[in-house]
Amino acid sequence: MSTAILPDDPLLRERFTELRPPLAPQAAVIEANRCLNCFDAPCTAACPTHIDVPGFIKRISSGNLRGSALRILDANIMGGSCARACPVQVLCEGACVMHRYNREPIQIALLQRHAVDAFYDSGEELPCAAPAAGSLRVACIGAGPASLACAAELRRQGASATILERRALPGGLNTYGVAEYKLRSADSLREVEMIHRMGVEFRFAADIATAADLDDIESEFDLVFLGLGLGAMQRLGLPGDDAEGVLNALELISAYKTGHIRELSGTVVVVGAGNTAIDAANAARRLGAETVYMVYRRSEKDISAFDFEYEHARQEGVQFLWRRQPVAIRTDDQGALFLDTVQVRHTDGELVPIPDSEFTIECDLVVPAIGQSPLTKLVQQLRQVEVCDGLIVTDRATGQTSHPRYFAGGDCVNGGREVVDAVADGKRAALAMLKSKEVHHG
Amino acid sequence: MADLRVRGFAGAINAPNPFWLASAPPTNTGEMIMRAFDAGWGGAVWKTIGEPITNVSSRYSATDWNSQRIMGFNNIELISDRTVETNLREMAEVKRRYPRHAVIASLMVASTREAWHEIVKRTEDAGADGLELNFGCPHGMSERGMGSAVGQVPEYTETITAWVKEKARTPVLVKLTPNITDIRAIARAAKRGGADGLSAINTINSITGIDLDTLTPRPNVDGKSTHGGYCGPAVKPIALNMVAQILSDPSAALPLSGIGGIGTWRDAAEFILLGCGSVQVCTAAMHYGYRIVEDMAEGLDNWMRSKGFHTIEEFRGLSLPRVTDWNNLNLNYKIVARIDEQKCIGCDLCHIACWDGAHQCIHLDRVSGPVNGHVELHDSPSVIEARSRASIAFTPVTRKEREVDPASHGPYPTPLARIPRVDETECVGCNLCSLVCPVDDCITMVRVDNGLQPETWEERTRVESAESTK
Repeated sequence: MSTAILPDDPLLRERFTELRPPLAPQAAVIEANRCLNCFDAPCTAACPTHIDVPGFIKRISSGNLRGSALRILDANIMGGSCARACPVQVLCEGACVMHRYNREPIQIALLQRHAVDAFYDSGEELPCAAPAAGSLRVACIGAGPASLACAAELRRQGASATILERRALPGGLNTYGVAEYKLRSADSLREVEMIHRMGVEFRFAADIATAADLDDIESEFDLVFLGLGLGAMQRLGLPGDDAEGVLNALELISAYKTGHIRELSGTVVVVGAGNTAIDAANAARRLGAETVYMVYRRSEKDISAFDFEYEHARQEGVQFLWRRQPVAIRTDDQGALFLDTVQVRHTDGELVPIPDSEFTIECDLVVPAIGQSPLTKLVQQLRQVEVCDGLIVTDRATGQTSHPRYFAGGDCVNGGREVVDAVADGKRAALAMLKSKEVHHG
Repeated sequence: MADLRVRGFAGAINAPNPFWLASAPPTNTGEMIMRAFDAGWGGAVWKTIGEPITNVSSRYSATDWNSQRIMGFNNIELISDRTVETNLREMAEVKRRYPRHAVIASLMVASTREAWHEIVKRTEDAGADGLELNFGCPHGMSERGMGSAVGQVPEYTETITAWVKEKARTPVLVKLTPNITDIRAIARAAKRGGADGLSAINTINSITGIDLDTLTPRPNVDGKSTHGGYCGPAVKPIALNMVAQILSDPSAALPLSGIGGIGTWRDAAEFILLGCGSVQVCTAAMHYGYRIVEDMAEGLDNWMRSKGFHTIEEFRGLSLPRVTDWNNLNLNYKIVARIDEQKCIGCDLCHIACWDGAHQCIHLDRVSGPVNGHVELHDSPSVIEARSRASIAFTPVTRKEREVDPASHGPYPTPLARIPRVDETECVGCNLCSLVCPVDDCITMVRVDNGLQPETWEERTRVESAESTK
């Protein structure tokens, strides 16, 4: 295959040192012993993939690391990347009863990483049933976490799964879009490689764009899982928003993670204040930009970013310009880049520009990060898969779309949540597909 | 400051406080004992003196628990490996420099009258304040007819104690081994032999564990191991029971120096409350050093003051009458568990403990207010877990999604659905839930008035047998 490897880049590693370095073995055991082993634990309930958190933690404290990792991977095949990328403050660690006991929650993410990394380091394969003759064949479109989780679950249960991906590397946003100081692309690819070794087939540069493409897929496979993710980020819709020097947040992140941008300088302006915007702003700082502004048209209390992400950005030296709306992007003949902005006021639910508040920022890079636009038109048009507000409509419990042969999950369904949500979607869909096959063959 | 002094223990032993180092490695040399006295220890029982032995290496092993080191401690070390002359020369020096501290010589020699007479004379000549006969060492020495080989046979214990008493001018304490069916049998024998006091307990026969890589038990001596003597915090409950047994038996009771898992002033207070006149410490001092005595003395002093006790004698033995046979317990005493909803953190360990380890009366299917009675059907733990696993959870990415729904908590810090409730009609008052609850004072056991007069098993069966004979 298959899963290509990115060259090691010492400069990247140095600039994006891990925010939460791994636990040493004894530290892990000490931390594991703090866990109260709650019944029907709130951390488990809060996790979209319902990892048996006390179960895997107690296995760490007993020294059963292999059992711990299998417990995690059984619930969540991407337990390694989730341990790094999950906003655990609003998930398992946020639900920990320790908040009401001695305040510091159990470091669930680091413990999970400890167990899963040990499993990877052992080089062992995951137990997996061989595909039986006449078993279910599923195409998973997109090689992000939703498809990977769906394909892995199908393989574990003896079905065959093929992932079709248009890009060169698998992993979706895990490889291209998560801040490197949380999840290194190399670790994402290592995880995909394990899924590959489970017998999942990967086809790259698979651009599915026409009716004939869909016909081919349907003739080769019984069912289709759509793990399409979201498409290109929206342009700002301003004069000059296609100027050179405008690069959307996901493009910036994937460019530095894959070695295409290794250095920035001067002033970078990020437009928006979501979690991805913050990842991009922090990255700009770490890549060398002296000044990084985040321009947001609402106020501090309105941002969608998690509190800890906002705090992190402030620590990285990112400066926030609140209630400021971009109006135009200009360049001059020397190649200088200007972002024209205006101060706005919130009046009756409307953002009203304040007269004489225009302000121009001279900068080197403008990074729009104001949301992502879905690309699901093809299946909507050709297969009548129901789409609402650009998102594929599914049954929550099964991931089945309005077309019985199409299932879907991840960002293309939920509009952009977290890796762990995509994994949960993919796994639920896989189980539903297996069940529908059983029903069929009764 | 309360008066912590020990006066006239076993007739004649005085010490500035009841905290003594037990006969063990911390009392190996005069230099060590003098440093211990400087640190605050009131007495020391010298590492057992006798014919010098040869030790092995390694000698110790331990049981750790939940990342805490040395819950229990095990040794296969023998008595002193130094000559009698050296030990006694140093003892004389210690007594010369520390006349107010208790120096007790632990002794072990061959089981002949002459050998015991000789060591008693030499030791007392060196200035020992008392003698402790080591009839308890469970390994090595017992195989040579000494230590617990003596302490496990009442006749031997009585005979040798009597030999020692023929010669001794200072109080004679017999140190008892717990490795026997009923420790009172040996205590009675010691008393018959004329002992002035007892020390209990010695270490408990043990194998602490096996190395799962090499398959060799610990401690590893060139690929083999042997049983050792177990001590440390893990043995305290066993020691407390044996202390209570001895002191509750008039034919066994003597002034008793309590030993077994004592590491804090709390432990010491408990042994004294059961009647001990002093306590001996080893493992805790080996773990943390002599300095632990500072908190032992301060803590005991503070506790005594808070309770209004001025001397050790004022509270010594106060808890002993409260230890009785099961037959004398009130069968009509009824308590039930109460959960403080304001303190509950929602770990629900009480629920699973009650269902899997007790009487299925703590439930999570909360309805408003207390509900009692036998008619209810409850979801079992597996049903509750399965429901949870089947639920669909997602990451709250918007501010609105991250808001806590106040309705789910009621007035409590924990979501109401996770606060268990007790079915008091089913609760047997076993204490299990209050023991597993990690939060202080969250689950309390509350007495309920059942309108019944106190009645013991003794009384009930006496009435029944009287009726059946009518």
